[in-house]
Amino acid sequence: MTTEMTMQAPAIEVADLHKSFDDNHVLQGIDLTVPAGTVYALLGPNGAGKTTAVRILTTLISGDAGTATVLGHDVGTDPDAIRLRIGVTGQFSAIDELLTGRENLQLMADLNHLPRQQGRARAQELLERFDLVDAADRGAATYSGGMKRRLDLAMTLVSSPRLIFLDEPSTGLDPRSRRELWQIIRELINEGVTIFLTTQYLEEADELAHKVGVLDGGKLVAEGTPAELKRRVPGGRVDVTYADPAALDTAAGVIDGATSYEQSLILSIPHDGTLDALQQLIGRLDNSAVTGLEVHTPDLDDVFLALTGHRPQSAEDSPETTTETQMTEEVAR
Amino acid sequence: MSATIATTAPVNTGPNAVRDSWTMLRRNMLQMIRYKSLTLMLIAQPLIFLLLFVYVFGGTMGAGLPGGDGRSDYMAFIMPAIVVMTVVSVSLSTAYTIALDMEKGIVDRFRTMAIAKSAVLTGRVLGAIVFTVVAFVVVIAVAVLLGYRSDGTVLGWFGVIGLVLLMTLALTWATVALGLSAPNAETASNTPMPLMFLPFLSSGFVPTDSMPAGLRWFAEYQPFTPMIDTLRAWMSGADAGSDAWLAIGWCALIGIACYLWARGLYTKVRAH
Repeated sequence: MTTEMTMQAPAIEVADLHKSFDDNHVLQGIDLTVPAGTVYALLGPNGAGKTTAVRILTTLISGDAGTATVLGHDVGTDPDAIRLRIGVTGQFSAIDELLTGRENLQLMADLNHLPRQQGRARAQELLERFDLVDAADRGAATYSGGMKRRLDLAMTLVSSPRLIFLDEPSTGLDPRSRRELWQIIRELINEGVTIFLTTQYLEEADELAHKVGVLDGGKLVAEGTPAELKRRVPGGRVDVTYADPAALDTAAGVIDGATSYEQSLILSIPHDGTLDALQQLIGRLDNSAVTGLEVHTPDLDDVFLALTGHRPQSAEDSPETTTETQMTEEVAR
Repeated sequence: MSATIATTAPVNTGPNAVRDSWTMLRRNMLQMIRYKSLTLMLIAQPLIFLLLFVYVFGGTMGAGLPGGDGRSDYMAFIMPAIVVMTVVSVSLSTAYTIALDMEKGIVDRFRTMAIAKSAVLTGRVLGAIVFTVVAFVVVIAVAVLLGYRSDGTVLGWFGVIGLVLLMTLALTWATVALGLSAPNAETASNTPMPLMFLPFLSSGFVPTDSMPAGLRWFAEYQPFTPMIDTLRAWMSGADAGSDAWLAIGWCALIGIACYLWARGLYTKVRAH
């Protein structure tokens, strides 16, 4: 992000946006501004209204009330002007699996009316850039999940859009593919592309975004840089690992406000982040029983919990499998 | 990893119905080549019926035709129905492929691009026309190899080709609409199946006056009967008379109604 770019007109401006499907009020008055050249992450659990917001901004559906302007054009009255200038990678794979990777890119080049020669060169360039050269002339149906996602994103980039929408880009990807994807997104950011992404993974917003909007139940409950949001949660915690359950129980009885996790033998103690408090706490611990100690500064998970009263899904778990025990494990980690 | 991604300015100046439909047509042609099993099955379907009816039933059926005497007469009698089944067979695949597009995210991708709204659908219809022409040529060629001889005039055959194209337009818009209205691709491949059986309940395989009263009434008034009668007349060098106008009328009616239906369905975007 350069200061020069933030001086430009905002890439996205949304004011009091509402959308309902029958009796389901999916968006209940959203306001947000995304300066050109920055990355905005809309963070929220499933059903928070993230995809609906993206579908309105990418001209797929229209809002019921409020205004939304993308690159200076109103989504309702001038959709084609927006479509010419944006790139969209939706939640579901938008590739033609019967065609090869190269043919998919060529299709995008043709639909963007690139001259034949230029289109071919662009396809080749993107294949190289996204590490798909070896698979370029194979049917896309044979691609792995990570490759499909890369091809999907490459197709979005054929027209060299200055504003890209990514709806849950890393959902369903394994951790390695996710990191590869983040690397690509970071390179795009360096090239000055504006990115609007949605995610249910706090880690992802933290890694990529300049600004994060927390969406819950159709409302933006908080907005700010990842650092700003983290500051809104007072203090963190200290996780102390014990050698055996008896020692854990003893310690839990002595230290106020601590939560003990029997299975992982961890005692989680609230901590305000000051050195004094930490020294005091360490003084009270029984040296022979403690096997490990970890000071935990608040992350976006804690922010989310503080703001919405519930935890979002962890980045490493698929949405369906997040259960109470996994959250405990996450605390333990 | 040094090639920049976003340096060139967009050259697209906006939707262009002709160019975008042409691109979509090329995509569909590539799909047909890639999805060989489906393509071959669709062409094989009318051929299987041809072989079945000519060689299994043909001897008996031909003897039962008024003035007919055997297999070759029966073959000439059912050729129009086989041609109609060729058209239906190809159009059925359109319902499936359209529904498949809708099910995957690719139509949403097209919708967020500055391409002509109609291009996705017209590309499919144009693809079906090309496919039908290929299948039609194959079916006629196989029939000729099996001994089919036409008494039709050159003009009559131009009429046959024209009507085949019209039927393709009408039936493909119908299957496009069915494909768009189907919740998923599996349903889309099943819902239009009755279309495949309708030619049996027409004048296609037996004269309608050999049918029981209720069925006969249905067979005489359903749209495939005037189409088949017209094809039969032109393929055998006879005058189709008012049947031709009825056939063209049905095609126009089905085509326009289903085009409007399909366009409405495509414009009405799914909630999620």
